[in-house]
Amino acid sequence: MKLKLKKFSDLPKLRSSPHPCRRQRKDGRAAAVSAPVPSRWRCGPEPSRWRCGPEPSRRRSDTGRGHAAPLLPPGRPTRPTGRFALGLSRSRVLARAPGRPATAGGTALPGVRARGWVKAAKMAQRRRLAEDAGGRRGPTPGSQRAALYVHVSGEWPYCEKRCSYCNFNKYIPRGVDEAAMRRCLVTEAQTLLQLSAVQRVESVFFGGGTPSLASPHTVAAVLEAVAQATHLPADSEVTLEANPTSAPSSRLAAFRAAGVNRLSIGLQSLDDTELQLLGRTHSASDALQMLAEARRRFPGRVSVDLMLGLPAQHVGPWLGQLRKLLRHCDDHVSLYQLSLERGTALFTQVQQGSLPAPDPELAAEMYQEGRAVLREAGFRQYEVSNFARNGALSTHNWTYWQCGQYLGVGPGAHGRFIPQGAGSHTREARIQTLEPDNWMKEVMLFGHGTRRRVPLGELALLEEVLAMGLRTDVGITHQHWQQFEPQLTLWDLFVANKEVQELLEQGRLLLDRRGLRCSWEGLAVLDSMLPTLLSRLQEAWQQRTPSPVPGG
Amino acid sequence: MLILKGLKNKLKRCLIFQVMNVLSPKVHRKNPLRALVFDSTFDQYRGVIANVALFDGVVSKGDKIVSAHTQKTYEVNEVGVLNPNEQPTHKLYAGQVGYLIAGMKDVTEAQIGDTLYLHKQPVEPLPGFKSAKPMVFAGMYPIDQSEYNNLKSAIEKLTLNDSSVTVHRDSSLALGAGWRLGFLGLLHMEVFNQRLEQEYNASVILTTPTVPYKAVLSSAKLIKEYREKEITIINPAQFPDKSKVTEYLEPIVLGTIITPDEYTGKIMMLCQARRAVQKNMMYIDQNRIMLKYLFPLNEIVVDFYDSLKSLSSGYASFDYEDAGYQTAELVKMDILLNGNIVEELVTVVHKDKAYSAGKAICERLKDSLPRQLFEIAIQAALGSKIIARETVKAYRKNVLAKCYGGDITRKMKLLKRQAEGKKKLRKVGNVEVPKDAFIKVLKTQSDK
Repeated sequence: MKLKLKKFSDLPKLRSSPHPCRRQRKDGRAAAVSAPVPSRWRCGPEPSRWRCGPEPSRRRSDTGRGHAAPLLPPGRPTRPTGRFALGLSRSRVLARAPGRPATAGGTALPGVRARGWVKAAKMAQRRRLAEDAGGRRGPTPGSQRAALYVHVSGEWPYCEKRCSYCNFNKYIPRGVDEAAMRRCLVTEAQTLLQLSAVQRVESVFFGGGTPSLASPHTVAAVLEAVAQATHLPADSEVTLEANPTSAPSSRLAAFRAAGVNRLSIGLQSLDDTELQLLGRTHSASDALQMLAEARRRFPGRVSVDLMLGLPAQHVGPWLGQLRKLLRHCDDHVSLYQLSLERGTALFTQVQQGSLPAPDPELAAEMYQEGRAVLREAGFRQYEVSNFARNGALSTHNWTYWQCGQYLGVGPGAHGRFIPQGAGSHTREARIQTLEPDNWMKEVMLFGHGTRRRVPLGELALLEEVLAMGLRTDVGITHQHWQQFEPQLTLWDLFVANKEVQELLEQGRLLLDRRGLRCSWEGLAVLDSMLPTLLSRLQEAWQQRTPSPVPGG
Repeated sequence: MLILKGLKNKLKRCLIFQVMNVLSPKVHRKNPLRALVFDSTFDQYRGVIANVALFDGVVSKGDKIVSAHTQKTYEVNEVGVLNPNEQPTHKLYAGQVGYLIAGMKDVTEAQIGDTLYLHKQPVEPLPGFKSAKPMVFAGMYPIDQSEYNNLKSAIEKLTLNDSSVTVHRDSSLALGAGWRLGFLGLLHMEVFNQRLEQEYNASVILTTPTVPYKAVLSSAKLIKEYREKEITIINPAQFPDKSKVTEYLEPIVLGTIITPDEYTGKIMMLCQARRAVQKNMMYIDQNRIMLKYLFPLNEIVVDFYDSLKSLSSGYASFDYEDAGYQTAELVKMDILLNGNIVEELVTVVHKDKAYSAGKAICERLKDSLPRQLFEIAIQAALGSKIIARETVKAYRKNVLAKCYGGDITRKMKLLKRQAEGKKKLRKVGNVEVPKDAFIKVLKTQSDK
């Protein structure tokens, strides 16, 4: 097995960044190494982040040694992941060019669609070739990398039917012009990429209402546009959110061909009654079937969502669901507690009394039990609601919590980036226009449909780093914090404060030479601790800069 | 509503004038002018209109008069009578009651009870009005301390017009600086509150009305310290300890209830529950009964009238008058949060009612205290004995489930607001108590 390394300098860096997820943003070289899905190269079970967890917590040095060799994890099928693997299996990539098999699956479908998919596949293949040929190899600093979120939503933020709990930006289809939408998405993606002067897109996420209702052609078109505007590595994570009903096997194949390499399935529940309650259009068995199919198409890269804390739900049956799911699921699970949003059908039902209000105590218990069950099954809880094993983290979402740059394309999408292309140096929070029709008009007129731009001052950014970073298991490392605030260390900020000391003593928060993070118990009550931490940060900031900074 | 009030005021004044005219004392037209100011209003164009009753002398347009209180000289612009509209006349004679406009600019210049006399003819000032004895006290606090000054001027203006309201400066730890106002009754209190809101646009927090208790001090040293044997306690925080007093006194009133006889039983039970002592019961006609009870004032001050009305489907009527003081077993009830006393919530109650009052406060607090990372024990205590308890459970899970792109902005906004709110929280021990928890516990519960 010839291991063709593209860069020698890559190798030593692996050793110095033992935890692949702790990417050294400022030091661009390391970034190139801890590329798209760094934790793929982890061998063995996840080291426990929690000191008091059942697994032995690995020492820093241990993990470092363990990862020195750029070997693919034992027991895993060789597939194109990571830049290293690229050199190795380039021929494999070409040989397995998804372009060809796509047509096989597509013969049963109308010719137009099949042709569309072939075209999409060819585009994807072209991209890979281009990337192999002249893709940038140099390290890219944080300000030039970004994740891309595309709010696709089927026929736009359209879903077939509104789920009873959903308050996302979505509308029910009205026969919109898909081609127009596609053009608008492509245009906006190009414009935003230009505006942000991003040189590398590390991950793409197709979310929305139900992206799987969209045509794979749209997905391919967007990816193609991105690849042309900037550097989109062949192994970047391209996730698509899918609904069990709207994504039969053939469609999955088409999406694969178009360039999607990860799937997120909104299972929500394995109980048919609950699914009905939630207004979902599929049954539990449909969902499991689709899950199996998805695992075939996207081995090792399928994520499932499960909800807890539904009205009239009890801990025992729910744990049963979870265990059943564990028998079928892939390497990534997300657990979400139901939150009743005003204006949703479920909220009205509960208010009127036709449904019992969900019990927060039960929900808390379900969450705690669920976490423990998943941990026993080998999953690592890398964020409040997200669990992964065998290193199958979501790179895209990781960007959110590490406060990297992300561009939001599509109606209602959110973005955070520095519009360097327009000469600015301040990070901005952007929201695109919500209503699809207005959004399309704006895109056609101006090239992008940004409704709101809010510059984020330094303090605002630090607050985000704190609040988001603490949601992860690694928390905020000192190095990570230093990139955003080189002068005030986490020690300076928190060690002297009485309230924070209390939290540290109670064992909910941990502050050591690694950084600041929540403990296993602390993560469940993070929102109770955040106001204290935030007000301490604000206080320290005021003391540091006596004159108020506008926008800060 | 305001027009009606204006008309009512005019009618009131008219009636008062007629009464005063009829019952006027011996007057001497020939004597130098002596006029008593008994009411005043402010007119934007004409200045202060003082309503006067002349005891001696004559006043006419163009006279120079002096106010005994302020010693300022004014020239009379207009005099007249009220029929009930203002009807200007040339002169006002002794024995008449009318109005007088003399170019005063501020309502404070025409003090109620003031005597007016002619320039260069000073007279013995008339005895003013006997100050009314307040029956019900309520704490009045501005919602936010920034509105303190507005509220202060509003109360000053209103009390000028309504001299039966007594004003004492008060401050509460929870609600900041405010006043303890004394009213003649519950209705008076409500009318005052309404007038404040309507005429001066001042929204206030009205705390549960309390009554003035008295305590008879035991030792001579204390008597010297407080300068009298019997002290009046308005603010529960000033309640002296049991060791310092021989006995506590509470005000009692003689209440008269007139009701159709079918509700007699229920009403009697209600009165019993309020520690009342029956004094008299008689039929005033075939179907209606009149009951006379001696009530402790603190029992009827809060919601007795409402309960009475709801028991009797609105048919019963209630009136009361002051009947002195009686000995009572009063205790000071503290509220504890995880063992720490909350000073703002201390109340004085009768021993029999301590348990129910304590439980009610604990329940209200439980509903308004936000959950924290640890359990909160809310207890009501008499001295060191706990009489009621409620618990607020600790948070087992309090974290946003989904926090991706779009959620981040929302979450940060919420967090910033929470961090701001944290600064304004009062900490009792390690329990954080938001200001509106105090307000909810302290203010009058209108929706029972």
